[in-house]
Amino acid sequence: MAKRLTVSASPHVRSHETTTGIMLDVILSLVPALVMSAVYFGTRALALAAVCVGTAVLSEYLARKIMKRDNTLGDLSAVVTGLILAFNLPATLPLWMAAIGSVIAIVIVKQMFGGIGQNFVNPAITARIILMMSFPSAMAKWIVPFSSAWSPDAVTAATPMAILNGTTDLAAAEGLPSLTQMLIGYHGGSMGEVCSVALLAGACYLLLRRVISPAIPVSFIGTVAVIMLIAGKGNWQFMVYELLGGGLILGAFFMATDYSTSPINRKGRIIFGIGCGLITSVIRLFGSLPEGVSFSIILMNILVPHIERLTTPKPFGYEKPEKKKEEAAKV
Amino acid sequence: MSKLVDGVLTAVGHGRGGVAVAHNKNTAELPVERMPIPERVVLPMQQHIGAPCVPTVKVGDKVAVGQVIGDTDKFVSAPIHATISGTVKAVGDVKLANGLITKGVTIESDGEMRMFEGLEPPKVTNKQELFAAVRASGLVGLGGAGFPTHVKLNTPPDKPIDTLVINAAECEPYITVDYRECIENSKNIMDGVYTLKELLGIKNVIIAIEDNKPKAFKNLKAIADLDNDRGDEVKLMVLKSRYPQGAEKMMVLSATGRRVPPGKLPADVGCIVMNVGSAAFVARYLATGKPLISRSITVDGSAIATPKNLRVPIGTNIQDIIDYCGGFKEEPRKIISGGPMMGIAICDTNAPICKQNNAILAFADRKGTVKRERACIRCGRCVEVCPMSLMPTLIERQARIRDAEGLARSHTMVCMECGSCAYACPSGRPLVQYMRLAKQVLREEGAK
Repeated sequence: MAKRLTVSASPHVRSHETTTGIMLDVILSLVPALVMSAVYFGTRALALAAVCVGTAVLSEYLARKIMKRDNTLGDLSAVVTGLILAFNLPATLPLWMAAIGSVIAIVIVKQMFGGIGQNFVNPAITARIILMMSFPSAMAKWIVPFSSAWSPDAVTAATPMAILNGTTDLAAAEGLPSLTQMLIGYHGGSMGEVCSVALLAGACYLLLRRVISPAIPVSFIGTVAVIMLIAGKGNWQFMVYELLGGGLILGAFFMATDYSTSPINRKGRIIFGIGCGLITSVIRLFGSLPEGVSFSIILMNILVPHIERLTTPKPFGYEKPEKKKEEAAKV
Repeated sequence: MSKLVDGVLTAVGHGRGGVAVAHNKNTAELPVERMPIPERVVLPMQQHIGAPCVPTVKVGDKVAVGQVIGDTDKFVSAPIHATISGTVKAVGDVKLANGLITKGVTIESDGEMRMFEGLEPPKVTNKQELFAAVRASGLVGLGGAGFPTHVKLNTPPDKPIDTLVINAAECEPYITVDYRECIENSKNIMDGVYTLKELLGIKNVIIAIEDNKPKAFKNLKAIADLDNDRGDEVKLMVLKSRYPQGAEKMMVLSATGRRVPPGKLPADVGCIVMNVGSAAFVARYLATGKPLISRSITVDGSAIATPKNLRVPIGTNIQDIIDYCGGFKEEPRKIISGGPMMGIAICDTNAPICKQNNAILAFADRKGTVKRERACIRCGRCVEVCPMSLMPTLIERQARIRDAEGLARSHTMVCMECGSCAYACPSGRPLVQYMRLAKQVLREEGAK
């Protein structure tokens, strides 16, 4: 026989899912929100996204090259990181700052820890937090939708979360958008987080494609909902503002669910989501910062190995060795 | 766990995990064809789990069909019989499909298929006689594992058995020999089920089948209904088709709701699980006294010219079988002995069919069988699908750094290598290979 047969360990059939396919699904799910941010903030939003994605891809390529590792651009994860980072930035942010953010996310947070699957905190969120600390004013310049984001004197507005900071009284909150405006995204905020409807459409796609499991988003958003309902003394409108405002939907569906930085099993994911919800609520209600989604996710990211150790599933048919203890106690 | 609906047990849920693998039961409607007697057979002395046999014939001996040519006095073993009549040409090392080298006996056919004199139905009236008869028949689990059946049936007296599960799930894709057994030999299955039940004194029998085999369902239902007026102790159970439904521990869970603890056997929770083909063989043996000399196999896959279900003498050369099926219509890139989920990829078709082989699959396309390997992205799919609730990705990491302590904590030995994790992995990681490495690490570190 002149043929060369492949010999490999079983199984000899594989599912059609691939890393690239999963990342492509995530990119597709972000398209509606990207379109909406282009509608609200114009070509500036697209330019920002292009710079973030471009820099992320280039940094990944160069980082792998310099470290003499194989090229991993094909898995598309750098595109996802760039896109999510862009979603977390104000549309007016100088493009060079956005580029720095992408380099931080890819080189420092992701590649220095070994690349895809190895980073212990979310690259996009970490980059956003570093940018917030480095360029506080540029990172807090929120403009009103439909005002030109290219112009340096675009009309700025406070975000709903800033308006509601430190208060649970909707009547006292001046300049608060209506709930419909909250839903369609007609208010100030990061370029990708404003349009809740578009984000939810993308989230549904990811859930239907089973790219993400509902455990984290449901427990995360659910925890915030319950706490805000209690804090608002049963005022459901206040709760809805808290759910639609800020980065909660973007964070809960697209960032907290990041595979590398969230627990691997369902029980762990639920604990992770509840933790994110608690920290987010505490920061929003009691902190001086208006928004806490990023910090809650990054703090819970750090706890993931511990959560996983505590929630390791027991193998099939496992019984706690109780008998031995009882016997020992008798003796 | 299962509930009774219209006299048929319906499995509730399917345990944990598992994957939906394409069935590809292309050969389901092809009757089992008898392959012409090969010119020679090679009979390895190790065709089962346990101690290898020692050849009892020498070069030049004339042998007849059914004559014992290899045996041992070890308990966990099964004798080997001549599967054709002729002359012993060689006794020595032979290579098996999986690359293992073992002692073997080569017989050249005289074309007569002369039966060995003295083969007659054994007299079996009690358990002990049954165990002796089953051992003498050379039967090993025909479902693929190859565990000597008499050992399986001979449970220790301190472990009372109340349920016999007859496994007709056949959850591996492509393979249809158990299905054909249900269609063509349901009388044997019936006799096997009731004889075993009576001789072993087991109260309940549950015949398990997946819901994608309606014709077989009808036949098995008739068998289960036979004792409706006598207490209805034999029941049919329908499982939702899902891999690895037919695994022993999953079977026991579906049939009785009991979980076999790590490192334990079904007997520890009062069950015996037996392949449907094995049960039918027991009935045939008790009726005729003809030992295990041939078996049914499915020959299929995109590279095979004419896929078939065949009855072949054990020891037939794999290449001869492929040639009988019209050879390859395309150049094969991967040939598998067994099913695609748990079978072994072979590097050489010049090897004999053994007792536990249930399929030969040849694929022309390499693409479907391997996936580009990338880094683990921690998506958790392997954890989600593991029917044993293990964390395959964690075990992989522990195996790579030879962390024996961690591997023990991860209950690595519970893994049955069903392949669900590697099937589901989007990064194409060879997780089953790592599972085997992990077990090896544990054995080596344990030996120190």
